[in-house]
Amino acid sequence: MSEKILHSITAIFDTPDDIIHAAEKVSEKGYKDYDVNTPYPVHGMDHAMKLPPSKLGYFALVFGLTGTFTALALMFWMSVIDYPQVIGGKPFFPFPAYVPVMFEVTVLSASIATVMSMLIVFFKFPNNKHPLHDSEYMKKVSVDKFGVSIEAKDKLFNEVDVKAFLAEIGGKEITPVYYDNEEINHKNVILEPKFLGFLLVTFIIVSGATYFTMNKLLFMTPFDWMMHQEKVIAQDDFSFYGENRAMLTPVAGTVSRNNLPYLYIGKPEEAAVAMVNPLLPSKENLKLGEEKYNTYCSPCHGYFGEGDSRLRGQFPNPPSLHSEKVRNWSDGRIYHVIMEGQNVMPSYSSLMTREERWASILYLRALQRSLNAKETDLQ
Amino acid sequence: MSSTSIKIDYTKKELPDLITKLGYGLFALGLVIAVIAYFTDHTRAAYNNLIVLMFLTSIGLGALFMIGIEYLMGAVWSVPFRRVMEVLAAVLIVLPIVAIPVYLNMHDMYHWTHSDVVATDKILKSKAPYLNMEFFTIRIAVFFLLWIAFYFMITSNSRKQDKSGDQSLTTRNIRLSAIFMPVFAITLTFASIDWLMSLEPHWFSTMYGVYYFSGTILAAIAAGTFIIIKMDENGYFAKGINKDHYYALGALLFAFINFWAYIAFSQYMLYWYANLPEETFWFIDRWEGSWVYASIFLMIVHFVVPYFGLLSQPSKSNPKVLKFMALWILFAHIVDLFWLVMPTYSKDGVPFGWMELGFPILAVGLVITVFATLYKKMNMMPVGDPKLKRGINFRL
Repeated sequence: MSEKILHSITAIFDTPDDIIHAAEKVSEKGYKDYDVNTPYPVHGMDHAMKLPPSKLGYFALVFGLTGTFTALALMFWMSVIDYPQVIGGKPFFPFPAYVPVMFEVTVLSASIATVMSMLIVFFKFPNNKHPLHDSEYMKKVSVDKFGVSIEAKDKLFNEVDVKAFLAEIGGKEITPVYYDNEEINHKNVILEPKFLGFLLVTFIIVSGATYFTMNKLLFMTPFDWMMHQEKVIAQDDFSFYGENRAMLTPVAGTVSRNNLPYLYIGKPEEAAVAMVNPLLPSKENLKLGEEKYNTYCSPCHGYFGEGDSRLRGQFPNPPSLHSEKVRNWSDGRIYHVIMEGQNVMPSYSSLMTREERWASILYLRALQRSLNAKETDLQ
Repeated sequence: MSSTSIKIDYTKKELPDLITKLGYGLFALGLVIAVIAYFTDHTRAAYNNLIVLMFLTSIGLGALFMIGIEYLMGAVWSVPFRRVMEVLAAVLIVLPIVAIPVYLNMHDMYHWTHSDVVATDKILKSKAPYLNMEFFTIRIAVFFLLWIAFYFMITSNSRKQDKSGDQSLTTRNIRLSAIFMPVFAITLTFASIDWLMSLEPHWFSTMYGVYYFSGTILAAIAAGTFIIIKMDENGYFAKGINKDHYYALGALLFAFINFWAYIAFSQYMLYWYANLPEETFWFIDRWEGSWVYASIFLMIVHFVVPYFGLLSQPSKSNPKVLKFMALWILFAHIVDLFWLVMPTYSKDGVPFGWMELGFPILAVGLVITVFATLYKKMNMMPVGDPKLKRGINFRL
């Protein structure tokens, strides 16, 4: 490739001390466009190269302050202007509460902006081409050697002089580095119309898809043939029967099947006298009573009605059902307790049907008789 | 750097008499003011004396902490002027003397020393096992003993090294520093609780120790920075100390200014948020009457001015800026201590008169006197330290 252009002349040094002295001499000689490459930061290099203080700090300052005031403005707008709300009895403008957020946003924006401006402004990102890349020189100085490269664009540059000078200050492997074709003909890919067009199309597609998803797609029902059936649901509007609802008011005086109204609410004495057990102590009824008693009554009263339940100790213990008081109660009185509850015992009216209640009373009577049998039982 | 010799061409240069005279003069002036103050109004004088005591504790203990940190971290940049810190740490020796007048007047300063008040106060009663004169005396004595003991152990090893150049002395000091660090943390925290926080025995803050610590380190580094730069400019050190060393000092100052602000604000914000009456009164005392100006003044003096003064990179290595900022921060630390102590003396308004001006003179005079006295006895560079050469060659 004949059209190679000289980029720089490089030299390798062995120790950090050597490279510091070399850098001092190069800068003393008056070269401006040169660089030092080391595998790690060498202390004192800025001084040796006579570099001015980095400008990066100003980026950090500007973006940091931007972050501070963005956070302040954001919170001010939210909690003072747009949606003032009393939180914890604090004023609408609680400055101390803002400080941590302002601090964090300052740090965040300053650090991100510093890195980004370092990449973009100083390293010319996204251009990652540099003539020194992939050269033998770079392979060495990124492992264990230290190198100086004096660039051809320097005003004092003269190929012969520079080579002699580098040899004089102790440089080894003095080699020229050339641009390759790609770097000479380099165009910034980002600014090509094709790429810009691609960016624009991507932007339109992505924002369109986002808009469609967030505003339309999320609100479409995937399938609704089970939800909308040809029938009237209890809470629907339905005007066919004159009332404007599907569930009609019952006709006055009607009682629903198996659901007799309880007439003795709050009247235990009347219940005791007025109600008689309608079931006979047949085998089936006792069987039903046993089942229901074991399900609903035994957790507290115990399987044998002695109050020695499985829940012993977790609630106040119920009294024994074998007491003289309960034995002398009529079936109606016990029925009343099942219906209304007593002390800690809640009502079981919704858990057991009328028949089950009477059946479990039959079973309870059988339990009572097992401990306190009557004379006639023994015959 | 390529030279292999460890020898440093350091010849000790004597301090001009002016410094010694200045020290004695200020000390004598401060002492006279203090004596007159005690005869005029012994309570107010004792409060001012307490400020001086804590200020000197800050400088002495902070300097010893910096020495310890240097040994523990194996830092090299601060080795050439470690002697300055060692001399500043010598202030610890005079602390018990400064503390005596405060101790004798404690009955007029500390609410919890009144046994009749404690007997009727439920909160103070429950704190009595800790806050009582006997235990307080033992604690303070133990703290002083520990500080002075560590001062003598660490600095005598360092001075022995000047003659022998024995590297094992560095190892010994590293071990001593490792023991000193937890001792420092605990004693400093409890000393600040005993001397300062117990001025308001009902109030409590778990951050108080750290708050005082941030000021301590700041005062010690500031005093050190001023002396180091002044001495270096006048050629009291060997050649080779340059802007990179200054930058390290400036960066430390800047860091601890931020640390102080961070701690001070965190303490305030938590009380502000929770808004519990038993905690907030301490801040309300400092936000009512003319104290509000003192509080705002403290924020500006202790944070805003030094923050912007040291923010830019060149200012951290500019000797003029650094010297000014170092003195400014010392002033700010006195303001800070004034702000901590004085509202207990006068809740109605900021007490400011000749006493408040006179006592800091005593403190400054004392530091200069201690410095000038000890200067005569030792080299100002640790010439036997194996890290000295590397310390002088320190570059950023």
